[in-house]
Amino acid sequence: MGRRIGVQTVEIESKPRIISTYNIVGPKEGQGPLSDYFDRILEDDLNGTESFEKAETSLLYTAVSESIKKAKLKEADINYLLAGDLLNQLFSSSFAARDLNIPFIGLYGACSTMAESLSVGSMLMEGGFANYVVAATSSHFSSAERQYRLPLEMGSQRALTAQWTVTGSGAMVLGRKGDFPYVTHCTIGKVKDYAITDVNNMGVAMVPAAVDTIKQHFVDTGRKPSDYDIIATGDLGKLGRQFTEELLLEYKYDMKGHYMDCGEEIFDAQKQGTNAGGSGCGCSAVVATGYLYRNMLMGKFKRILLVSTGALLSPTSSLQGESIPGIAHAVSIEFGVIK
Amino acid sequence: MNNYIMAFVVGGIICVIGQILMDTTKLTPARILVVFVTGGVILGALNIYDVVIEYGKAGGSIPLPGFGYSLAKSVMKEVDKVGFVGAFTGGIKGTAGGITAAIFFGYIMALIFNPKTKG
Repeated sequence: MGRRIGVQTVEIESKPRIISTYNIVGPKEGQGPLSDYFDRILEDDLNGTESFEKAETSLLYTAVSESIKKAKLKEADINYLLAGDLLNQLFSSSFAARDLNIPFIGLYGACSTMAESLSVGSMLMEGGFANYVVAATSSHFSSAERQYRLPLEMGSQRALTAQWTVTGSGAMVLGRKGDFPYVTHCTIGKVKDYAITDVNNMGVAMVPAAVDTIKQHFVDTGRKPSDYDIIATGDLGKLGRQFTEELLLEYKYDMKGHYMDCGEEIFDAQKQGTNAGGSGCGCSAVVATGYLYRNMLMGKFKRILLVSTGALLSPTSSLQGESIPGIAHAVSIEFGVIK
Repeated sequence: MNNYIMAFVVGGIICVIGQILMDTTKLTPARILVVFVTGGVILGALNIYDVVIEYGKAGGSIPLPGFGYSLAKSVMKEVDKVGFVGAFTGGIKGTAGGITAAIFFGYIMALIFNPKTKG
């Protein structure tokens, strides 16, 4: 059985393995620098459907069902599907789950959902409540834009600090056996709010949460940045990544050479006009299931810390002038570490 | 030809003001729209915007402040004709053509085209 260490971290002793992953992305992500790490790249971001919301549902459905197929399992073998997205009432996830024969737990953690679903899934496995769990999430540029910003029909201009919601979905299948990367620690974050109200500056709004969770993870586990080959925050963007590095340095944690931000890496900001970088649930999901997971399988990364970051605003809260609360969860994944 | 050039320059200046507001303030596009229309109403009521239209022609009347200007002028005309009630009825009467055209063509465009993801 796992145990609590420190204040916010749990150690997962049964080593739930990530036995397969699948990701699917939109055309713009497919033109980005990480294109080699995606399982499927869409040519049409409507994916043959009538609306961007239906397209997002189809992305999530595809990621989940293909990840199960890749693990050579059937839907009936999976004990829980843990999934979430950005749309009202988690409807991409619920509607995708409607067509899947798997007990479903919906999770809302905004863009932190990949680390959140992976953490909860690992704990379910550790508790002996499941043999197989699928953790998944999705986002879509146009459905998120419609809900959180302005309708595309308005053709309005984007602020320079605005991030680009990733169109994509990633899914991970957790199992008990096999030689695969496995989860060792989960640090569940606290909600932090430093009173930023600008929805065009969400990366920076999430920095306090990311810094708090990463710092707490190091305190709880006694680790330091150099114990990880790579620490990957979800979608802080370029500015957010710089602030995070600076703030952690104040706590004497030097992240240099061990740190990346999924949102910063997924697009080429100059060539693709994405300003501050990618965001959205799909951002850390497709980078974790693609670039990070494959590099673990190839032995390039032996120990990683995935820190998915979420901005917990709602369209109503921002219309009422509320600030943006942030959250970050950290999951430590290992493969081939010799102790 | 002179009219074309002046319309381009005057209309362009109004757009530049909008762009500067977009880039340097936190005003949302919707707020800038309201500021422009209200600004047009005030400048129209004070007879200042008349000068813009005189020199800029359509470059002054087509952009958002031009709509505000028409509102102000129609109200003034209607008040002269029917009295105080004109303050409530004049604006919409005078701009009915523009409003109806906006709704009509907006609807037609929504029928013809589908929104696409930004490139």
